[in-house]
Amino acid sequence: MSDLDMKRRNFLKTSVGAAAVAIAPGMMLFQVANGSSEGVSAKVRWGMLIDTNQCKTGCNDCVTACNKENGLSGETKATDAQWIRKIEIKDISSGREVSLPMMCQHCEHPPCVDVCPTNASMKRADGIVLVDKHRCIGCRYCIMACPYKARSFVHEPLHDQNPDVPRGKGTVESCTLCVHRVDQGLQPACAEACPNKAILFGDLNDPQSEIAKKVRTVASVQVRADLRLNPGVRYQGL
Amino acid sequence: MPDLASLRFKNRMYYVLLAAAGLVALAGLYAVHMMETHGHIISGMNNQIVWGMPHVFAIFLIVAASGVLNVASIGSVFGKAIYKARAPLASLLSIAMLAGGLTVLMLDLGRPDRIIVAATNFNPTSVFAWNVVLYSGMFSLVVVYLWTMMERRMNPWNKAAGLAVFVWRFVLTTGTGLIFAFLTARQAYGSALLPPMFIVLSFAWGLAVFHVVQANIYAWNEKALDPDILRRKKNLLGVFVVGSLYMVATYHFTNLYFAHQSGFEHFILRDGGIYPALFWWGYVVLGNLLPLLLIYVPGLGKSKCVMLASMLVIAGAFALLYVFIIGGQAYPLSIFPGYQASSSFADGQIGSYQPSMYEVMLGLGGLAIAFIITTVSVRVLNFMPQDKPYISD
Repeated sequence: MSDLDMKRRNFLKTSVGAAAVAIAPGMMLFQVANGSSEGVSAKVRWGMLIDTNQCKTGCNDCVTACNKENGLSGETKATDAQWIRKIEIKDISSGREVSLPMMCQHCEHPPCVDVCPTNASMKRADGIVLVDKHRCIGCRYCIMACPYKARSFVHEPLHDQNPDVPRGKGTVESCTLCVHRVDQGLQPACAEACPNKAILFGDLNDPQSEIAKKVRTVASVQVRADLRLNPGVRYQGL
Repeated sequence: MPDLASLRFKNRMYYVLLAAAGLVALAGLYAVHMMETHGHIISGMNNQIVWGMPHVFAIFLIVAASGVLNVASIGSVFGKAIYKARAPLASLLSIAMLAGGLTVLMLDLGRPDRIIVAATNFNPTSVFAWNVVLYSGMFSLVVVYLWTMMERRMNPWNKAAGLAVFVWRFVLTTGTGLIFAFLTARQAYGSALLPPMFIVLSFAWGLAVFHVVQANIYAWNEKALDPDILRRKKNLLGVFVVGSLYMVATYHFTNLYFAHQSGFEHFILRDGGIYPALFWWGYVVLGNLLPLLLIYVPGLGKSKCVMLASMLVIAGAFALLYVFIIGGQAYPLSIFPGYQASSSFADGQIGSYQPSMYEVMLGLGGLAIAFIITTVSVRVLNFMPQDKPYISD
């Protein structure tokens, strides 16, 4: 091999190396900015199983965690947004009392998605029901249609938002199942915060998942199952 | 022949009226600006009562806009001469009220600046999206219909256009009823009776508005309506009022029959404070029984009585819509049937609602827009009913 060839080869090697060093950070940033190019899979159905026997009256930890995670004020005026709330219910005939968290039930057939005139209310392939804040015109028809009172309208200008959870005055919002956490492989904030592990989160479609196994073995119900919306959130001990 | 002084006075009066309506419309725009800046927090609406006073005004205007066309349809579709003479005025009123109602509805949105999204992203399963098509279609059809009436060369198309409008407005009011009929989880709504109920209500409300406007136009032009024509039209109003009362009664009776709905009916008809009061006194007594007396009691039923009856029907319409829209939302959703519920989000509680000044300003702004469109059009174009000597047909 001639000396000239070696020089040329070294030059090419150095050039390629330098180019790689120059481009690599950009590529990584591109990856960070765009996230995974892989879309969510319809093979997954995210859901929750809430054990009301473990849910304690007076405990509000799931609500506090949700507010902190999603940048909600935590106030409870009639005009304030509440993505998750604790409901105390009492059986009128037996007097039995139960405390449970209530939020968007992430229905398979969500009425909010049906009625939304602009397709702002939508269901992801993995079953998470969301509102596209750029498309929502604030007509509130979805709030009228939701059987669970799960949605809130933003009545006031917002400040200090969490960058992962965009919100907007004049639009409707609800529990996102902490989609920004779920996409990173984490649990929703409420499930993580529950001191009694009353909220079990997972993939209902994966027969090996803890939630699927438990749903198969213990009695659980969907709220307003008569409406046949097939919610992704189920309750045990109701 | 009116003298010059009286003509001058009327001319000035016309501009004063127009300016007054313009101010009301401007006040409505100011309310929109305030709601845009501060958010809906300055309205009386909240997360339980999400549709408030603006929707009462908007739905009245839209339903009446459909019903007023009855006058035109009886003329064009069924060929009755006295109605045909009134078809242009009825069409104008329809356009004016539709414009006013839709303006209110659009400006009450959380993001009215994004209204174009409603056209670019169309969800075929949404009744609201259907209504976007139905309202704009109605608007265009009525304009064409007016054209076929007012342009001699287009006259041959009048019957076809009239028939199209006739069909379209039934579909439109069905669409308005369906907005509520499809809300299956709500106790107050979710009934297949609502679309036909809205259709019959539209007949009465539209005709009442027509009577009021017609009486004013005749008075302004110092003309007297043929008593025979008045008699026929007041009888029609009476029939529509009875019909709408029947539909509303049927809706409540069917609800009372279903055990799971009885709680809601007791609330709206007996225990709900302002709502039963408005329903019985506002809608039933003032909006129905009194107008029926004014129309049918021997010795009454003269021009002034019909005018008063029509105004009462309109007032009753507002009372009914307030009870239906706001009372319907105030009653809590039954998320856990058979359980008592309580939470920080007003579960199991009656929702509270105090309409704010801004909402009323926006609603009145819609009425003002309808008024301005009507007044200007009546002045510049010939909408005055031209009756031939009355022959019963």
